[in-house]
Amino acid sequence: MSNAESVLKPMTVSPARAKARPLFDQVHEWIVTVDHKKLGLMYFGYGVLFLVIGGLEAAVMRIQLAIPHNHFVSPQTFNQLFTMHGTTMIFFSIMPIVFGFANYLVPLMIGARDMAFPRLNAWGFWMSALGGIILYFSVIGGNGLYGAGGAPDVGWFAYAPLTARAFSPGHSTDYWTIGLLVSGFGSIATALNIMTTILCMRCPGMTLNRMPLLLWLNLVMAGLVLVAVSPLTAAQIMLLIDRYLGGHFFDTQAGGSAVIWMHFFWIFGHPEVYILVLPAFAIISEVVPVFSRKPIFGYSAMVAATLAIGFISLGVWAHHLFTIGMTSYANAFFVASTAAIAVPTGIKIFNWVGTMWGGKIIFKVPMLFCIACLCQLLIAGLTGIMLSAAPFDWQLGNSYFVVAHFHYMIVGVIVFAVFAGTYYWYPKVTGRMMNETLGKWHFWLFLIGFHLTFDFMHIPGVLGMPRRIYTYEPGRGWENWNLIVSIGVIFQLAGILCWVVNSVWSFYRGKPAGNDPWDAWTLEWSTPSPPPEYNFAKIPVVRSRRPLWDLKHPEDPDWKYE
Amino acid sequence: MLPWSRARVLISRPIRTLGDKVVGLNFRTGLVRGLVAILPMAMARVALAANGVDPATPSIFSPASTPADSIYHLSLFVLAICLTIFLVVFGLMVYALAKFRRRPGDDGREPAQIYGSNQVELAWTVIPVLIVVVLFLATARVIHAVEDARFPPGTTEITAIGHQFWWEFQYPQQGFVSANELHVPVSDPRNPNPTHITLLSADTDHSFWVPKLAGKTDLIPNRTNSMWIDPHETGVYLGQCAQYCGTQHAKMLLRVIVESREDFDRWAAGQQRPVQNVDAAARGRAVFEATACVNCHTVAGTSATGKFGPDLTHLMSRETIAAGAALNNRENLRLWVKDPDSIKPGSLMPAMQLDEKDLDAVTDYLQSLR
Repeated sequence: MSNAESVLKPMTVSPARAKARPLFDQVHEWIVTVDHKKLGLMYFGYGVLFLVIGGLEAAVMRIQLAIPHNHFVSPQTFNQLFTMHGTTMIFFSIMPIVFGFANYLVPLMIGARDMAFPRLNAWGFWMSALGGIILYFSVIGGNGLYGAGGAPDVGWFAYAPLTARAFSPGHSTDYWTIGLLVSGFGSIATALNIMTTILCMRCPGMTLNRMPLLLWLNLVMAGLVLVAVSPLTAAQIMLLIDRYLGGHFFDTQAGGSAVIWMHFFWIFGHPEVYILVLPAFAIISEVVPVFSRKPIFGYSAMVAATLAIGFISLGVWAHHLFTIGMTSYANAFFVASTAAIAVPTGIKIFNWVGTMWGGKIIFKVPMLFCIACLCQLLIAGLTGIMLSAAPFDWQLGNSYFVVAHFHYMIVGVIVFAVFAGTYYWYPKVTGRMMNETLGKWHFWLFLIGFHLTFDFMHIPGVLGMPRRIYTYEPGRGWENWNLIVSIGVIFQLAGILCWVVNSVWSFYRGKPAGNDPWDAWTLEWSTPSPPPEYNFAKIPVVRSRRPLWDLKHPEDPDWKYE
Repeated sequence: MLPWSRARVLISRPIRTLGDKVVGLNFRTGLVRGLVAILPMAMARVALAANGVDPATPSIFSPASTPADSIYHLSLFVLAICLTIFLVVFGLMVYALAKFRRRPGDDGREPAQIYGSNQVELAWTVIPVLIVVVLFLATARVIHAVEDARFPPGTTEITAIGHQFWWEFQYPQQGFVSANELHVPVSDPRNPNPTHITLLSADTDHSFWVPKLAGKTDLIPNRTNSMWIDPHETGVYLGQCAQYCGTQHAKMLLRVIVESREDFDRWAAGQQRPVQNVDAAARGRAVFEATACVNCHTVAGTSATGKFGPDLTHLMSRETIAAGAALNNRENLRLWVKDPDSIKPGSLMPAMQLDEKDLDAVTDYLQSLR
């Protein structure tokens, strides 16, 4: 072999040598990456980190509330804990996790090689990450009330005028404001990116009508982010103007309006619930058909219901404000709009049950989580209907009943769906299966813990216990319920531990997965596991909603029926 | 606006009116009735079994005033509907999971691939829409009855002002101010004598919530809200601030003391009386007036005219101090003056650094404020 030939010959590097690259290079590669899969995983890892932090904050609060007149933490610390818990879970845990799923899966499921704007994608992630860092830097940098540490203590919806300088001296509230402002920019960028990718990058043959439901749900989710995060951003800027430039938007001592902040916050805050829950529905909509061995029941109705939820969710925000003394007409309007959203949500539940109906249901871990999800969605939806009746809300708004209700939605539906999603797509991401036995331990421990905590949490609310109190009086009938609620946390933490251990253990020791371990039907399962950087060597062409079904059943393809 | 007499009819029989006449839903059918009975009964049973029979529990399911009662009946109706939906849908899920599970020895063939059915979709769209309409109508009636009620002459007027972290109660008709414990006259349902409460805030948002008497309404700065109660039985009703208002939100407790007309009038007369100077407390009064106490507290007829803290003119007529955080006795009073943080850490009352002798004297003085 001549010298010239050896130069022209492509260099090959053995996998072992590729792995042996210096740590610095590997870290550098992740930091500068614009690859949607790496960014998706980074979003996910970042979200899980904050899930654990926010979870530990909740655990400390539950220790404090296990018995009346407990002295585990001071009132100042408790108020900081619930503020940080709420803010962390919504903005820096669940949102990054759902963006992580969207980032990883959207290009793979539409047969594209990356997102539409890879650099904007990286920018969005790093802005979100910066937001979380700014928020938690308040613990060091914020000069809080009474010198008891510096985390903000205004509650996650930060009602004016608590955020005014008169009531929040120091800088902890500023860290809260700027943290959310910055991560909000990241969210808006990512939402734009997801929408553009879904609308413009689909592979040949994939009409809107042939997209897997996950894409429809993420499309609507991204649309909601765009519409809903913007008012929050505006309100945060107005708050900064109040605090530093002498503005009086929310400064009631100078004639500002506390109510305007409530409207600004909840016109973001309620669509936000759907921003978080639609991606959970997306996961359920992929897992349930595969493990029932049937296509999704009523695809068009599901799409219509998704659009209806997206639309109606923009007109329900003031059901958070039933107690602020709105007129009976305004109250009645928001009763109607809020109850109306139950209809498309119900359609979704019925269609998932319809998908299982007549199938051959396989009770693997992802499906177990989805089934629990459906039952809990049903209950969370029904307590939601109860709370939509304004007079019922006059009693139970801001009580532990409401706390139980929205945790049923956020933990019982969204977190359960996230668990289902991780068990389902882990083999695609790592090339290895997660351990089924440990997965079942995770499922049952977490299920028991969840129900101990959040079922029983409804009762002290009915018995008159308001939320956000660092302690309570004995003799009001609240003690036993609070103790049970706190005990449930132990099971939940044990479940989460199983999940983390399972993820790490399976990464090294899990069974090799192959391309398509679940015998599934969407495009991501046609790529190798893990997918190469370019996803598809050849851009696929699809003829139906289940391209891999068509491939596996040439005698009975979907495209004949759609 | 409803005339009061009509509002009363609506309010006192909300569900029957709603169920039989307005909405046209037969409330007496066995199923619904049974369901209505089961859930609250089960909940009440569990609550009682776990906690003993405790009338102090501020449960929304033991209403003692018309607004709370209307809400109670509406919530039973809503609960019944929701429980029915739950049983039907949950039953379908469990049936599907049991019937359509892949059994051992499965032939490995895929089941029939069904894509959907327009008739079925239509059914499970239309039925929920009808349920939502029924719920909306039932809810709107109660909203209207509670929010748009008119008040008969002789209604007691009170202004409640939320402060960090205590309640100020002004009685404009009688011309005095009290704090933290709201005294109202009992109302005979046949000849109602409701209490109308105007809600204001001096600083941050608060919320007035006494579950047995009415739903909560927020006290918001720069905004005038109102609510009303007409308690049917005398007694003490517990509640507390239900909108996060700062560090000591948890100990912004609230007691409503419902008294017979005579007892209420006697109490009001006592509140109108000027403060009695007691010689034994003269030294304490001197200390009190020479200290910053007077910047925040009012004792009518003295140089103490502060508005930032509760009016102390008739302090000893209250059962509790520090917005319900401690019983009103000598030991607690002295501790409260000496070191407020030991009772309510983060409350806005500062420790005045009095020496032991002055503390005793001020406590004597406070205990003379009857």
